[in-house]
Amino acid sequence: MTFTLFQSIWSIVVMITFLGIVVWAYSAKRKTSFDEAARLPFDDEPPTDNNKLSSE
Amino acid sequence: MTNTETYNYKVVRQFSIMTIVWGLVGMSVGVLIAAQLAWPVLNFDVPWLTFGRLRPLHTNAVIFAFGGCALFATSYYVVQHTCHVKLAFPALAAFTFWGWQAVILLAAITLPLGITTSKEYAELEWPIDILITLVWVSYALVFFGTIVKRRIPHIYVANWFFGAFIITVAVLHLFNSAALPVSFWKSYSAYAGVQDAMVQWWYGHNAVGFFLTAGFLGIMYYFVPKQAGRPVYSYRLSVVHFWALVFTYIWAGPHHLHYTALPDWAQSLGMVMSLILLAPSWGGMINGIMTLSGAWHKLRTDPVLRLLIVSISFYGMSTFEGPMMSIKTVNALSHYTDWTIGHVHSGALGWVALVSMGAMYYLIPRMFGRELYSLRLVEVHFWTATIGIVLYITSMWVAGIMQGLMWRAVNEDGTLTYSFVESVQAMHPYYIVRTLGGAFFLLGAVVMAYNLWRSVADAKPVEVEIPEPASAH
Repeated sequence: MTFTLFQSIWSIVVMITFLGIVVWAYSAKRKTSFDEAARLPFDDEPPTDNNKLSSE
Repeated sequence: MTNTETYNYKVVRQFSIMTIVWGLVGMSVGVLIAAQLAWPVLNFDVPWLTFGRLRPLHTNAVIFAFGGCALFATSYYVVQHTCHVKLAFPALAAFTFWGWQAVILLAAITLPLGITTSKEYAELEWPIDILITLVWVSYALVFFGTIVKRRIPHIYVANWFFGAFIITVAVLHLFNSAALPVSFWKSYSAYAGVQDAMVQWWYGHNAVGFFLTAGFLGIMYYFVPKQAGRPVYSYRLSVVHFWALVFTYIWAGPHHLHYTALPDWAQSLGMVMSLILLAPSWGGMINGIMTLSGAWHKLRTDPVLRLLIVSISFYGMSTFEGPMMSIKTVNALSHYTDWTIGHVHSGALGWVALVSMGAMYYLIPRMFGRELYSLRLVEVHFWTATIGIVLYITSMWVAGIMQGLMWRAVNEDGTLTYSFVESVQAMHPYYIVRTLGGAFFLLGAVVMAYNLWRSVADAKPVEVEIPEPASAH
């Protein structure tokens, strides 16, 4: 395998990996766990007036 | 299981305080050297105070001392708070603090003495480089050790950005600082010629990409949601933001070497990758700013939040300007001019410094169980800093474009229209405006230091218990 061929294949592998990440991140299955993850910064302290979540 | 363990706030507190101290030192040196460019007499004919020696002192102090301490403080705070555990290896964590301060002190001594490798942003000589390596390996052990013993299954996105910053800076530092020592304070780079230049700017641009961007995006992803009281706008976008940034940033370095001995294809590759970078950068900017969607009114009443949001706006501005300047034809005009200096400062003052200062307004009072002393003073800081940045970058835009045009102007017979010194002379008024802008920004930082000092001067450090992870996780 020539180095150029290796580079070409590698570029495609990396691109497919990235697209895979995008599809994975936006898949409907991930929605609830990502919503939970997004709230992680808010249960790290005993609740005070300062860090209460604004009601939504 | 009842848990009475407390967060390790000591090391966070130490780094936070030194962030403020080194910020004031680094910015003061910046104002001095800006004034030297306007009024050269200010070097007082003392070799240690000349521009050539103080300029690396300024960049090292603001990037690695001020920015570095801010990153240590915030990453140690965020990783504990989002993993619900105490920091791993407390002795190593203490070593990172004292070791990093030693690196800064050594820089402050060796650079004015003229001891330098002459590699931009990597000027420190090899014995100091070894100390940096030891501190950085300890930092990685403490940070990732904490991640390993986390009690929350998910690793919050801010930690991904901090983690990428720590790993990449380690790799960059090891490769770019490889050198052959010839005496205790002198070494020669392991690379020669254009390879050396390429390694240097692979390092240099990724110091911007990972030290000054990824790390501070970690700050954004924790402190903006915290201060706004709302989760990040789109967690999915933050995941894509992370991977897109990591996949592209590492290739952008060659745009520092347009029209040099670097092969043309490498220059073009650097330019294309820099242009692609616009997408993840703006994705991240939108994610940060839109975190406020539905809560815009908070900007009216919370000046700390305003500081954070304006910092993200400057991130957007400078990550638009950067790709534009990496286009070879634009670069032909902008390179080696003050436009570059203006661009760097729109990122450094507008984005990096403001987001750090916003995080410090959040952190330092909390470390002592206090509220901020005065929101009005934050307001004053916000406006002086913003005016300072605007004066700085607009004067450098005008100066830089004028320089570029004067240098390339030719008469009909092909001779140069202007001598170099004529372009230097034309810069004088803009250098004065730039000094003024820098002084405004420094004044804002002094107001911040006073405000934070009043907030905590008579307070005792607090210990905060680590709460149980919510059962939902």
